[in-house]
Amino acid sequence: MRRKERIDRGIKVRSDDIYAIASYREMLYLLLPRLTPVIALLILPLITQFCKAYYYEKVAVLSCIIGLLALSWDYMASVGLFSLGQAFFFGTGAYFSAYAHLKYGLHPIFAMVIATVAGALFCTAILAPVLRLRGVYFSIITLALPLFFTRIIEATKILGGTEGLTGLMPISNRWAEVYIPIVSFLTALFAFRRIINSDYGLVIQAIRDNDRAVLASGLNVQLYKAQCVFVASIASCFAGAFMAHFYQAVGLSAFALDYSLMPLTSAILGGVGTFAGPAIGAFVIVPLSETLRTLGTLRVVVYAVLLFVAVIALPEGIFPYIRRKYQQVERIVEV
Amino acid sequence: MVGGLIIYGLVNSFVLALIAMGFSVTFGISRVSNFAYGAVFILSGYVIWMLLNWFRLPYALAVVSTILLSGAFGHAFYYVALLRVRGMPLSEVVATFALGVGLLELFRWLGFVTYEFSLPPFKKGYISVLGFPLDYQRLFIILGGIALLGFLYLFTHHTRLGLAFRGIAQNERTAISLGINSDKTAAWSVAFGCMFATVAAAFVLPLGIISVNTGYEALLIAIAIGVVGGLESITGIVLASIVLGFVQVIVSYFLSPAWTMVIYLLTIIVILTFMPSGLLGKLKELEERV
Amino acid sequence: MDYLLTVERLTKSFGGVMAVWDVSFKVQKGQLVGIIGPNGAGKTTLINLITGFVKPDKGKVIFKGEDITGLSPYKIAQKGIARSFQVVRPFLHLPSYKNLIIPLYSKRVKALRGGKYGDRDLVALDLLEDVGFEKDSSVPYKVASSLPHGYLKRLELARCLALRPELLILDELFSGMSMSEVAATMPIIEKLKEGGMTIIMVEHRLRELFRIADTVIVLNFGEKIAEGRPSEIIENELVKAAYLGAESA
Ligand SMILES: Nc1ncnc2c1ncn2[C@@H]1O[C@H](COP(=O)(O)OP(=O)(O)O)[C@@H](O)[C@H]1O
Ligand SMILES: [Mg+2]
Repeated sequence: MRRKERIDRGIKVRSDDIYAIASYREMLYLLLPRLTPVIALLILPLITQFCKAYYYEKVAVLSCIIGLLALSWDYMASVGLFSLGQAFFFGTGAYFSAYAHLKYGLHPIFAMVIATVAGALFCTAILAPVLRLRGVYFSIITLALPLFFTRIIEATKILGGTEGLTGLMPISNRWAEVYIPIVSFLTALFAFRRIINSDYGLVIQAIRDNDRAVLASGLNVQLYKAQCVFVASIASCFAGAFMAHFYQAVGLSAFALDYSLMPLTSAILGGVGTFAGPAIGAFVIVPLSETLRTLGTLRVVVYAVLLFVAVIALPEGIFPYIRRKYQQVERIVEV
Repeated sequence: MVGGLIIYGLVNSFVLALIAMGFSVTFGISRVSNFAYGAVFILSGYVIWMLLNWFRLPYALAVVSTILLSGAFGHAFYYVALLRVRGMPLSEVVATFALGVGLLELFRWLGFVTYEFSLPPFKKGYISVLGFPLDYQRLFIILGGIALLGFLYLFTHHTRLGLAFRGIAQNERTAISLGINSDKTAAWSVAFGCMFATVAAAFVLPLGIISVNTGYEALLIAIAIGVVGGLESITGIVLASIVLGFVQVIVSYFLSPAWTMVIYLLTIIVILTFMPSGLLGKLKELEERV
Repeated sequence: MDYLLTVERLTKSFGGVMAVWDVSFKVQKGQLVGIIGPNGAGKTTLINLITGFVKPDKGKVIFKGEDITGLSPYKIAQKGIARSFQVVRPFLHLPSYKNLIIPLYSKRVKALRGGKYGDRDLVALDLLEDVGFEKDSSVPYKVASSLPHGYLKRLELARCLALRPELLILDELFSGMSMSEVAATMPIIEKLKEGGMTIIMVEHRLRELFRIADTVIVLNFGEKIAEGRPSEIIENELVKAAYLGAESA
């Protein structure tokens, strides 16, 4: 009989989090998968600007933005809060930034920063009552929130009502416009990975596994959850705030289903709980969605089908799969 | 005016209760939150419409067939998809959500968005109550709502399947050891939720047009009522429907219909803040079990 | 007399069920108090009431002279009451020794250890050795989800000990353990007791419990029906009736 055998590759001494690095090759082995995408992303704008391939630049920016939303989703998921409404955070950031910019005449960059912090505080405050509950309440509420806020803006005609807010100043510098999303995307990616691997991150994951044991260990679970929502909101609100200035307008579409569905699909497809997975997922989903632009609203159906298939049939996700292939050699052996 | 508010508040409350029941039934029994609920609601409307207009079935037959189809759909959905992800809350939520969005958006893309898609009332005309005209459809909604709530109560308290449902809801492990098949009941819970959605659609949709956005709205209503009422008790559904139903009518009357969602959101936030498990939910206490 | 814990007339009902009804007792420093009773007698609920996981309808819990009734569970834990859970659910994704990082991360332990935190992994490994995880084996590094049940129970004990509690409450620690595992765990409890730890143990293994308990409290249908030294409890007719009646039923 034959059987597939999997053997760990590479690094010899390898405990849970300490790598004893012996040689150049092993350094490369570790660094290459981390550095390559970073460098690729960082030089991409140079190429696109040089070739005047602005379309690809826009796709890259959009991927980073959806990537930020997906990372933020994954961060909340690591404490056991599954959001079905990233659009809520996105829209909040977008509207806050536009408002701060138009009303107080703040410079776009400054408005974005203010909107990120204020928006994150706002989102955390709105979600605070739900954090006490367990189970699906959080998902339920996050699903409802973007829809509710759409209605509220329509009804009260605040923030420009159905027309939205227009005439925002763009981020005038071409380079800034590309590098801000790229750099913040990479920062969020590495920051989140770092946090989750720290002891604080252990607590976060422990809350997901069993919140009452964490309570019994003397830790304020609600506070940690609120902190998680806040940190995750920062990434999402920033994404929204940036897009407001990128499009130079904000409308009700900032709360649209796309901004909930695309990050969710990215995260599930890429591999929940790994951060790298959702990041990769975003760079699959966004370009795909751009190629499907001609399909119109059928695109949403495509995401939904992808999401459905991914969650039912591919529970692992892309990134864990790649990681396994990279770290292990497989061979067929006789048994 | 007060009389009118009361009558329309009542009708509205029953509309909400009808829409919300299915979602809560499924959740209450098997803890599956069926985010495809709004899609099933609206799809039921389209299917009834097709049976009426394409196949020329009599109204009653069209409705009954759709209810059966809907039950079959619920079963199939459970066994094809949900069974594989049972016990993984994230996957359950995402699978139902994806299915719901997929179906709704498919119908939008297919062009089911115009005014021709509407169901006729069961019976045209109106009667006068307290001097206010009340059309038959709205009267049927009240009667249907009462009947359905009564049915739900009798069913869960006095039939074998119903008692099995309650057993599962209270303690899955014990129920299994008592020989209750949890997969079968869970499949039935989803199927029942879908059938309730169809019944609700048959009653409610003749009041307006069948539109994809109504599907999302129905899900929102079900969620709002469920959350406010405590997601599993029948009394909770009734109370929450009355609260939100009257709030909606009063707000539309004194402010404008557009404001109702604002009040909805406020009500939900206030209730969740002060009564975390809803007006009547035992959910929290049950989950506290160690 | 100096009491570490005083429970006064605690009452809690769930819907119609009186889970705990008017239960009072006191625990002295260094004592080992056993709580027994048939299934559904309200033992777990009593623990939940003391540790804040369930809010009482009536009654008071006083710990070290301070009223802690209705405080949230994490605050009670920080005051020095550690509890184990009857149904153990470890942090499944984490290696065993990382499971202990959670209590070690709490303010209480950080303060007690004088702000030292860098050596946490070693402290965790020591704690695991104390509850019988073989130190030089790979067991402490294994992911919790891969451990057998007996180990999980002891991991739960270690989690409680990591909090450096003044009062340790164990909910059916021995249930689901094999004979040899119980025999291996008993000395750990005895050693804790010798070290001056105050312990409340809910237990179904009466023989083991009666050997080490100073006082035993008997609950039946939420009520305290007897309290006394193990030898007295064994003789108590009321207890026999309640216990044996329920067991044989
Ligand atoms: N969270 C809860 N909700 C409803 N009933 C409960 C809850 N916790 C316990 N009960 C009920 O209270 C009674 C006592 O339960 P418990 O304290 O677990 O007993 P024991 O630990 O002695 O076996 C039982 O009848 C149980 O069904
Ligand atoms: Mg118990």
